[in-house]
Amino acid sequence: MKRLLVILEKEFRQVFRNPAILRMVLVMPVIQLLVFPFAANYEVKNVLLSVVDHDHSAYSQKFISKITSSGYFKLTDYSPSYDEAMKAVEKDKADLIIEIPAGFEKDLVKESKSSMLISVNAVNGTKASLGGAYASNIIRDFNSDIRIQWMQMPRYNAQPTIEITSSNWYNPTMNYKFFMVPGILVTLLTMIGSFMSALNIVHEKEVGTIEQINVSPITKVQFILGKLIPFWIMGLVTLTLGLIVSWLFYRIVPLGSIGLIYVFGMVFLFTLLGVGLLVSTFAETQTQATFVSFFVMMLFMLLGGLYTPIESMPDWAKLITKINPVAYFIEVMRMIVLKGSGFADVKTQFFSVLGLGIFFNTWAVINYRKRS
Amino acid sequence: MKEIVIKADKLTKKFGDFIATNQISFEVTQGEIFGFLGANGAGKTTAMRMLCGLSMPSSGSATIAGFDVYKQTEHIKQNIGYMSQKFSLYEDLTVKENIRFYAGIYGLSKPVIREKMNALLDKLQLRAEENSLVKSLPLGWKQKLAFSVAILHEPKIVFLDEPTGGVDPVTRREFWNLIYEAAEKGITVFVTTHYMDEAEYCNRISIMVDGKIEALDTPHNLKTNFNAASMDDVFLQLARGAKRTAD
Repeated sequence: MKRLLVILEKEFRQVFRNPAILRMVLVMPVIQLLVFPFAANYEVKNVLLSVVDHDHSAYSQKFISKITSSGYFKLTDYSPSYDEAMKAVEKDKADLIIEIPAGFEKDLVKESKSSMLISVNAVNGTKASLGGAYASNIIRDFNSDIRIQWMQMPRYNAQPTIEITSSNWYNPTMNYKFFMVPGILVTLLTMIGSFMSALNIVHEKEVGTIEQINVSPITKVQFILGKLIPFWIMGLVTLTLGLIVSWLFYRIVPLGSIGLIYVFGMVFLFTLLGVGLLVSTFAETQTQATFVSFFVMMLFMLLGGLYTPIESMPDWAKLITKINPVAYFIEVMRMIVLKGSGFADVKTQFFSVLGLGIFFNTWAVINYRKRS
Repeated sequence: MKEIVIKADKLTKKFGDFIATNQISFEVTQGEIFGFLGANGAGKTTAMRMLCGLSMPSSGSATIAGFDVYKQTEHIKQNIGYMSQKFSLYEDLTVKENIRFYAGIYGLSKPVIREKMNALLDKLQLRAEENSLVKSLPLGWKQKLAFSVAILHEPKIVFLDEPTGGVDPVTRREFWNLIYEAAEKGITVFVTTHYMDEAEYCNRISIMVDGKIEALDTPHNLKTNFNAASMDDVFLQLARGAKRTAD
């Protein structure tokens, strides 16, 4: 125990003497939390729209003004023909083409039906599918507007329709920042946990001081605890800082218990530090450690549900998220922050992360050798 | 008859097909300065690492301070000091912090550490630099400090792996004075070196060629037996036969 204190004193001195580590723990999280939520957004806005209007009628004008006033589209191109519009797409001046055929109004009035063509540039899949969906929605809306206008005061509804109204629970204004901020906080802890601890240990290997530790009576558990505890504490500092920033700048106050966030954060950090430690037992140089940690981190984050919903992943990817502590923590953070979930609701995730933590740390301790 | 503190018997280390250290046997008695010579790649560092418990022997046996290198490495570690080829102090800690850390991990108490630290700082004339980061010290000072730190807990044996590499002759001389001082206190010194003048300072030396010990005796006897004027000659006669290329 006394020896562990000696080791911890040394580790903390080194951390506080290293401006890079302090910057990473204190400054980086704040900047990321301030910049990222504005840029990282699931919502698709500014879909560039090209309209090919062969009809030039009152209805086609009405339709165009309806679609541009929706706020999702930006009319950037008004082409005389479909081919011209395609050129705009090729030059990236348009994402979506709406072609209104000649006789659009005439058909609509006389035959009570008409058609139009929507073509979407699917290079950016998300933008394409959401943009296309928005456009179809607006057309449907336009359709019912006309119907209401034509059927003045019907005695009964000629065509029964089911109208869908939705209300958004837990995030009533559908503010994406509420959704992103808790997730970003998790990625920050991931960096500190898996990256910094790995680099730190491998650094000792590189400069050779680890030999000196290995010939001393320091046990491997003491050495590992000496490395983990400082980063564990720093991770909690980052978490605290992150919660303060989200409250100050985004007015995000967790609905659930802050204590539960910390309990989960502690277990999560323990797990991620285990991953970092494991990486460090395999890597001989900081370059190796960086690449391996980076790979693991990317995997954790991309399959973590921050950027893409886990529900829409294929089954094999869903399986991977079952061993991904980041996925659990992002889910739990959102549950606690937005929904106010209690421990009973996140029990499964809690024990999964704890189990993973025990697994990674045990593997790392077994794999760490004082003797080659 | 003095106590035997290092005893190696047919100690061997293989890396795959490569036999780094091939059945070496020797004994070192307490308080002796034992020189371990050999060309680069001859297997010196490997042998030393096995004796320190850093490397698991492939076969053979050895005891350090009476403890077995296979099973009792933790006892060995409490009884040895080690200074590796790579620099072994923390560059981003100050002189005092390094001393306190290394003394602390060997379980010395606070008052003892303070007393030893003061004596050491005076002896090495490092008072003015006691709060400087180690990376700001000249190499020679670092080496002397590293050696002093390695014997701070008064080990029975200290292992030095090319401790004077890259330092000037004056500093080397000073370094050897520290070694003599330690030996007088009864600490056994096991040292590898490439400098033949340093070999002359040792009580006994062994010369390794291609993983085997080819000669082991006092410097005087070696020169007589090999009919050589200097240790340089002895070394060249033996090392020329080496098949391994230096790495």
